[in-house]
Amino acid sequence: MDASVKRAARSKRPSKTRDNLVYAAVWLACFAPLAWLAWRAFSGDLGANPIEVVIRQIGVWGLRLLLVGLAITPAARILKRPRLVRFRRTIGLFAFSYVCLHLLTYVGVDLFFDWGQLWNDILKRPFITLGMAGFVLLVPLAVTSTNGWVIRLGRASWQRLHGLIYLIVPLGVVHYYLLVKADHRPPLVYAAVLAVLLGWRLWDAWQRRRA
Amino acid sequence: MLIRHAPDLTDNDVTDRSLYLRRREFIGGAAGLGLLAAAGTASARGLAYKPGFSTTETPTPKKDITSYNNFYEFGVNKEDPSENAGSLKTRPWTVRVDGECEKPASFAIDDLIKGQKLEERIYRMRCVEGWSMVIPWVGFPLKDLLAQVKPTSKARFVAFETLMRPSEMPGQRWDTLAWPYREGLRIDEAVHPLTILAVGLYGDVLPNQNGAPLRLVVPWKYGFKGAKSIVRISLVEKQPATAWNVLAPREYGFYSNVNPAVDHPRWSQATERRIGEFRRRETLPFNGYGQYVADLYRGMDLKRNF
Repeated sequence: MDASVKRAARSKRPSKTRDNLVYAAVWLACFAPLAWLAWRAFSGDLGANPIEVVIRQIGVWGLRLLLVGLAITPAARILKRPRLVRFRRTIGLFAFSYVCLHLLTYVGVDLFFDWGQLWNDILKRPFITLGMAGFVLLVPLAVTSTNGWVIRLGRASWQRLHGLIYLIVPLGVVHYYLLVKADHRPPLVYAAVLAVLLGWRLWDAWQRRRA
Repeated sequence: MLIRHAPDLTDNDVTDRSLYLRRREFIGGAAGLGLLAAAGTASARGLAYKPGFSTTETPTPKKDITSYNNFYEFGVNKEDPSENAGSLKTRPWTVRVDGECEKPASFAIDDLIKGQKLEERIYRMRCVEGWSMVIPWVGFPLKDLLAQVKPTSKARFVAFETLMRPSEMPGQRWDTLAWPYREGLRIDEAVHPLTILAVGLYGDVLPNQNGAPLRLVVPWKYGFKGAKSIVRISLVEKQPATAWNVLAPREYGFYSNVNPAVDHPRWSQATERRIGEFRRRETLPFNGYGQYVADLYRGMDLKRNF
């Protein structure tokens, strides 16, 4: 971060109250899809196969939040709002929560804890194999998301570990792509967003090297 | 063709009490077909009920059958067909029956229906995606229509071609599948008494989202074999191309018989969720119709011919 950006950050630091309000808004926004789904379930608006709708919707929101998480750094840089970065952990942990809930509804509600079937799914169905791999890789990132862990691991190793997100989010997108039978446009939209977010990082790294 | 009786059919089955108690529903069904006639679409011929073919399981609610559909011509989401199929004009409608037969013919849909003896058939429907329903169709055996055109000895398969009309079928504006949707059966499958062409549902006119005005129902095969909004039925010598097989031959075979022992790469076929139920249930070979149809495949390796 160069000095001018730091100065800008200091000068734009808002009041504590405003900061809390913004945080509350982010939390509410992250909870909104779940609340909306609960409301639809409560009012019987999930259609003929509610279990499928719940699993898909929670999964899609997990993927969206992962992408939002990846968008924060480029957004902070492009908009020159470095303090946006403080939402990365919140968004990331919400994304992890949605992914956990997605997995839990699949294992607990769809399969009703049929472990044999789960194991078969992991072995035989590529979309589940990749989805599960993404989840397993996400766990250490969630665990080490605290300040304490950043210190314990040291910033460099912590950052290397959290670089796994560049593998995890593509796994999530491919997981979705492989699930779709014929019309691949919806997962390709996610793939395109992901490509832009990763592409920006490559471009940025290349610019820095040149500078 | 010899109609085999179920080996477990006893005298009790002839006047199954639960069906006897539901007799008014069947009369209601006939009245519904009267509505068909009033709409100038068909004449009610009454419903001949065949206890051996209909299941006594509780039918899935009509609301679910008509709002949770795979009909990609109207969009890929389950709710798309019920939302978009209203624009489909099912009259006038012509069905061409041709190919290896002595008397190829084109039928106006109402004449075609008038010429058949309609029955209610309550069938299980198992989708390849791992869910199932129990659906009270109204229709007639495909074999009755095929007999009218007198198939020749060269007719070894039956090919079904469905409507291509992007102006009314928004899903066809994008190449998700190779439009028009095509399906096919071997001739012995096509003339099997379980195989019907449906024109109604719950004793009423078939809703557009369920494949109006004429759709194929083959209850021992995965749901996608049931071609919807059929415009042409051809008797052919060679195995015809089918839409899903063309898209992904590794995933969807020509036969596509319900088979819990053959996994689909996306879904286990061992279990299914009956719409309206919470726990999954075991999927039965041939969707529970093995006693009627297993003989058709004697000597065939069904893992290879999936």
